[in-house]
Amino acid sequence: MAIFLTKDSKVIVQGMTGAEGMKHTRRMLASGTQIVGGVNPRKAGTTVDVDGTEIPVFGSVAEAMEKTGADVSVLFVPPAFTKAAVVEAIDAEIGLAVVITEGVPVHDTAAFWAHAGAKGNKTRIIGPNCPGLISPGQSNAGIIPADITSSGKIGLVSKSGTLTYQLMYELRDIGFSSAVGIGGDPVIGTTHIDALKAFQEDPETELIVMIGEIGGDAEERAATYIAEHVTKPVVGYVAGFTAPEGKTMGHAGAIVSGSSGTAQAKKEALEAAGVKVGKTPSETARLAREIIAAQA
Amino acid sequence: MDLFEYQARDLFAKHGVPVLDGDVIETAADAAAIAERFGGRAVVKAQVKVGGRGKAGGVKLAADPADAVAKAEQILGMDIKGHTVHKVMLAQTADIKDEYYVSFLLDRTNRTFLAMASVEGGVEIEVVAEQNPEALAKIPVDANEGCTPEKAAEIVAAAKFPAEIADQVADVLQKLWKVFIAEDALLVEVNPLIKSGEGKIIALDGKVSLDDNAEFRQPEHEALEDKAAANPLEAAAKAKGLNYVKLDGQVGIIGNGAGLVMSTLDVVAYAGEKHGGVKPANFLDIGGGASAEVMANGLEIILGDPDVKSVFVNVFGGITACDAVANGIVQALELLASKGENVTKPLVVRLDGNNAELGRKILDDANHPLVQRVDTMDGAADRAAELANK
Repeated sequence: MAIFLTKDSKVIVQGMTGAEGMKHTRRMLASGTQIVGGVNPRKAGTTVDVDGTEIPVFGSVAEAMEKTGADVSVLFVPPAFTKAAVVEAIDAEIGLAVVITEGVPVHDTAAFWAHAGAKGNKTRIIGPNCPGLISPGQSNAGIIPADITSSGKIGLVSKSGTLTYQLMYELRDIGFSSAVGIGGDPVIGTTHIDALKAFQEDPETELIVMIGEIGGDAEERAATYIAEHVTKPVVGYVAGFTAPEGKTMGHAGAIVSGSSGTAQAKKEALEAAGVKVGKTPSETARLAREIIAAQA
Repeated sequence: MDLFEYQARDLFAKHGVPVLDGDVIETAADAAAIAERFGGRAVVKAQVKVGGRGKAGGVKLAADPADAVAKAEQILGMDIKGHTVHKVMLAQTADIKDEYYVSFLLDRTNRTFLAMASVEGGVEIEVVAEQNPEALAKIPVDANEGCTPEKAAEIVAAAKFPAEIADQVADVLQKLWKVFIAEDALLVEVNPLIKSGEGKIIALDGKVSLDDNAEFRQPEHEALEDKAAANPLEAAAKAKGLNYVKLDGQVGIIGNGAGLVMSTLDVVAYAGEKHGGVKPANFLDIGGGASAEVMANGLEIILGDPDVKSVFVNVFGGITACDAVANGIVQALELLASKGENVTKPLVVRLDGNNAELGRKILDDANHPLVQRVDTMDGAADRAAELANK
C-alpha cells in the first residue's frame, strides 16, 4: 500500500512537451511511473519519444483519460495557464491532479479550489508550488528524486521540497510508504490533515513524519487532528524560527503576519498533541529512528 | 507587497470607490498649493506602512496653506515605529458623522475569500475582533461567484449597517471587490469608511496588499514598489533574480529550496548560541539549478554584506547533483577573483545527497584556502557559527 499513488496509477502529464515537462517525464518514467500520455491541444495525435518509450499526446485531459484510463495528472504548466489546466483536469474528473508550478497567483488557486468544491471534490489536488508525491518502488508523480530513498514504513508530508528530500535521504534505510510534498503556497489543495488521515488508514505506514513551516495555521490544525484521530506515532519538524515578521521567506505562503504563523506556536501546538518535534532536520530523523527501533 | 495609503487611494479611485481628493508630496513647500486647491484646510498624513501613525502624531489638521506647510515640515522625517516618513499625503478634510469598517481578504484557513464589515470603524479592527467579536461580520465570498449585489446586501445586513446607507455601502463593497479582483490583491481594507455630514459614504483611509505572484499580468504594479526603502543588498539580489532577504546576523547563508534555507537559518541560530550569539545574516535560496553563475551571483551578494563574517553553503542534492554544485562553487570563487573581488571570508560547505562523494572530492581537489568542507548540516552550522565569532 501507499497513499494517493500506487504502482497501478496511470499518469498523464499536462505540459509534458515543455522543457520542464520533458525533463521530469523522463525522470518519472525512469523511476517506474506508468506514464500513459501527455496533453497538449496543439500537438494532439502525435507521439513523443522519451528515451525509447513512445508517449502519445492527447488534445485534452478527458480524451487522455478515455483512451488510456489515466487517473493521475501531473501539471508542468506555466503560471499564466495553470488555472485553466487545473479546471480542465477537474472537469474531466481525474482522481488526482498534482500541480508542480510555482508562482501561481493566489486568486487563480482560490478559483480552481472553489471550482473543485463546486464539482463535488472528485479530484484530489496536490499543490501548487510543490514537488509532488512519491510511493518509492511503485510510482513517482512530480519532481521528487527517486533514487535517494527506498520503500518502507514511514509516511511523510511536507510543505517543503528540499526538506522532504533531506529527511527521505536520512531515513533511506528504513524507507517510505509515500512522501507527499503539499507545497508552500498560501492556498493549497491537499493539506497536512488529508495526508495524516490517509497515512493513519494505510496499513503499511507505521510512523508519520510531518514537516511544516511558518505562515498560516495549517500545522496548528494538524496538531488538533493528530490529538483526536491519529494513533500512529508522529514526528514533526517546523522551519522558520528565525524568520522576521512580515517577510516572505521564499515560499509565497511562508510569512509571519503580526503574531500569527510563527514556528514557535506551531511547535508548541504539535508538542501539545504528543508529537515529538526535532530542533534540526537531523534530530527529527533521529527521533523517528528511535521510535522505529523501540517498536521493533 | 503592501502599499502606502496614497497608492491604495489611487487604486480605489481607479475602480470607482468614493475617496476624497488627495495628493502626495515629499517636500513640505509643495503643501501650500495643494491646500489652496482644497480651499485652505487640509489633513496632512504621514505615509508609512505601519499602523498607529495617528497616535504617533503622524496625522495633523492644517487650518490654511501656510499651516499645511508647517505641519508637513513637522511630519516629514518623523520616525514612526522605526519607519522614517519620506512622503505625506494631503487630503481634503471630511465632516465625519460615523465611522465603519469594510475589507476583502484571503482566508488561508478556509481557502476562500472573506468579507469583513463592522459599523464600529475607525479603531484597529483587531481590537474590535477581540473585544466585541459580534460587531465584526465575517462572510465568505466564493472566488468564482464574487461579490454579487446579493452578496453585498448579505454583508451589509450581517454587519447591521443603518438602512438609509445600506445601498451606498453595498455599492462601495462591489467596487471594492473590483479592486480586489482586478488588482490581484490579498487584502483591500477601508478603515474608516465614513458617513459624511451630507450622508455620503467615503473611503477615508485604506490598506491594500498585492500578490507578488501576479506580477506577470499586473505590469503597472512594479511602479508601486517602494524602491527607496528597499535594502540595497535586497535590491541588488532582486536585480540578479535571486530570492534573498537581509537579516541582522553574521553568518551568510546560501542554500537550495526555501524550506531547507529557512531550516538552515534556524540551525545556524541554534549553533550560534554556543558561539557568542551569532545569527544568520540572510535568507538566500538559489533554487534547484545551483549553476556556477547563480552560485557566483549569490556569493557576490553575500560577500558584499559588511555584516557577514563567514558563509555557510548548504546544499542537498536532490535533482541537482552535488558534483555540479561543487564545480559551481569552485568556478564561482574563480569568477569572483577574476573580477577583482577580494574574497577573504571563510566558506563552510555541506554537500549531501545525489553524487555527494563526487562533489566533496571536487572541493578537496580544488583545495581552496577559504573553503572548509563539513558533511553534516548541524556540524557545518556549528563550524560556520564558530568562524563568524572569531
